[in-house]
Amino acid sequence: MTPIEFTPSLLVDRRATRPPPVPRRSTAGILFGDLTSALLTIVTGGLILLAAPAIAKWAIIDAVWTTGNPSACQQAGACWAFIADKLRFILFGVYPPEQQWRPLVVIGLVLLGVLMTLAPALWGRRLIIGWTVLVAVMLALMWGGFLGLSFVPTSRWGGLPVTLLLAVVSLGLGFPFAVLLALGRRSAWPVTRFLSVFTIEIVRGLPLVGLLFVASILLPLLLPADWTIDKLGRTVAALTVFAAAYLAEVVRGGLQGVPVGQQEAARALGIPYWKTVCYIVLPQAIQKVIPPLTNTAIIMVKNTSLVMIVGVFDMLGAGRSAATDPAWPAPYPEIYLFVASIYFVICYGISRYSLWLERRVREKDYQ
Amino acid sequence: MLTHLWYSERARSWLIQGLLLGGVACFLYWVCGNTAANLAARGIRVGYEFLWRTARFPISESVIPYSPADTFLWAFVVGIANTLFISLLAIVSSTVVGLLVALARRSGNPLLAGITGGYVTAVRNTPLIVQLLFWYALATTALPAPRNAFNPIDGVFISLRGIFLPQVHLSGDTTTFAALALSIIVVTTMMVGIARRWNVPLRGALVMIAVVTALGAVAAVNDIRISVSTPELRGLNFVGGFRLSSEFTALMLGLVIYTSAFIGEIIRGGIDAIGKGQWEAARALGLNERKTLSRIIIPQALRIIIPPLTTQYLSTVKNTTLALAVGYPELGLIVGTVINQTGQAIESIVIMLAVFLTISIAVSLVMNRYNRKIALVQP
Repeated sequence: MTPIEFTPSLLVDRRATRPPPVPRRSTAGILFGDLTSALLTIVTGGLILLAAPAIAKWAIIDAVWTTGNPSACQQAGACWAFIADKLRFILFGVYPPEQQWRPLVVIGLVLLGVLMTLAPALWGRRLIIGWTVLVAVMLALMWGGFLGLSFVPTSRWGGLPVTLLLAVVSLGLGFPFAVLLALGRRSAWPVTRFLSVFTIEIVRGLPLVGLLFVASILLPLLLPADWTIDKLGRTVAALTVFAAAYLAEVVRGGLQGVPVGQQEAARALGIPYWKTVCYIVLPQAIQKVIPPLTNTAIIMVKNTSLVMIVGVFDMLGAGRSAATDPAWPAPYPEIYLFVASIYFVICYGISRYSLWLERRVREKDYQ
Repeated sequence: MLTHLWYSERARSWLIQGLLLGGVACFLYWVCGNTAANLAARGIRVGYEFLWRTARFPISESVIPYSPADTFLWAFVVGIANTLFISLLAIVSSTVVGLLVALARRSGNPLLAGITGGYVTAVRNTPLIVQLLFWYALATTALPAPRNAFNPIDGVFISLRGIFLPQVHLSGDTTTFAALALSIIVVTTMMVGIARRWNVPLRGALVMIAVVTALGAVAAVNDIRISVSTPELRGLNFVGGFRLSSEFTALMLGLVIYTSAFIGEIIRGGIDAIGKGQWEAARALGLNERKTLSRIIIPQALRIIIPPLTTQYLSTVKNTTLALAVGYPELGLIVGTVINQTGQAIESIVIMLAVFLTISIAVSLVMNRYNRKIALVQP
């Protein structure tokens, strides 16, 4: 169906559609125009003038930059030397040091996958296959045990690759379940509807910490005794269930936005239910909910940091254990700032990308 | 016959649903069988009898009294009370701060709007647990020792060991006074409600004066004396006064800073969604900016704000479980401790899940009722 081109310029005087001009005010007028804004400016400016020098003194002027001398960090000032010294440990955890090129490649592969995903032109089946292959390669690289790569158990994985893998795998595994749950919730069949609503609402009513407790403490009790799932696997299970429930509500929102006529037309054409869903309803539904989907991705990236509570060695856990080195004066604030800035780069990147996508969709005016 | 059944949509749907239900039942049976076998193999007895045994572990701070001689049941109650206390405090203060953040971001002042914008972006894009740990690290390493504590106002000391405030003590027959004061407040609230229902005009100030006079009279009858104790440095720590622990301070600071960034954006979105015409019409009618906001814009924006705000309140309640990272004894930390002490993992986790589901449902119910109350009534 090609949309009918509609050119308003033929019918309407363009000048009438322009917004009215905004009166321009000088900077001084904006800052000190009336009593309220003058007061606000003075108070905010005063606070900035008070805080900025102290922060700059701590973070830059008094900070310790030269590595290799832990005792230099005893006096006031940020101990950035510690971050530089422990960078490999924070990024890769206790992964065998001579093998640390492997997690580095994994980080590179995640970046490659993200670059692949950025262009909407590539979205489709090939992207799903591409991500599956990438994740398989990443896991194989981390584990090793073939082609002369030494085997590394998951208990020695740590740092940034674990954070990234947890986010990617839980979102990727959670998405198919989310689609099933969303379809079930909108189904006319009472049994499927009840099971979906029950699952979604229970998971969404619980804190993630509770789910992680269930996974790390209860899961070994619920499964047969000879099934051994390691700590990382159990954590992935909890995060997947969590992601599935939250994604399901997002997908449901998209499904609600697809006109019923689409499904009815497909039925009239004799297209079976699953084909209708896969080729007609879902593509339209997902396109409608791209902004909330990226939002859920951000939430999941941030939530991976909670795995530290059940003892998985992610970037936050690695940073905390780096700080226990007795040679250094436990520079916790610096470590948390560093870890937070890495999370910030990831999440801010995703949110900027989502804004760009939204604008693009609006400009191209799909529908 | 069979092919006929297969092509009947009703028969097929019930067949598939029956299979699904059967599958779920089989799965549950399998899980229960595994659990029973595992518990038998480990010699764990399932049951809630342990709740009446003595807990024997300390809880560092609580809003209701607790000692290690109390039962496990009471330890759970203390955890629930702490969770509720933290949640309520965080929700109320974040809503107030969030409103200020929204107004600051909307203000025409570029300096203020820029600063709050930066704050919102930074806070929203980093995990809460990292922020909590950061504030806790600052509270336990960057603050001065009690000996040279930071003393901003007389009687207030900020130090590594926590924040010390002057405490108000009441002496005399406090229990009778508390009961009477509570009943006065409850009765007045009910009377005001009834008066509203019957459209009886009331002066708010007069009601307030009456309540304060009644409270004063009750206090005089019960011989209530007010005394204030200020914290004093004795040895290595402060004595007297009221202490806010570093854990509590870091937790509240982190939760409020994080949540108010989200609430600020929700409120700003709601205010922005109200048409410009409403502002212009209010100005044309001669209302000033504050009245326009409080009488025209906010009541309409509330309809847009309430649903996402409900979700945010719910996630704040769930976020309080992160307190276990900084060691504030809310329900999650107590559950973890009890599991370590007794090995009664299933029971403890079931308690935790039940409590959070109840809180979630209760908050949803209250907020849905409020939402119905302010919703647009269309005849």
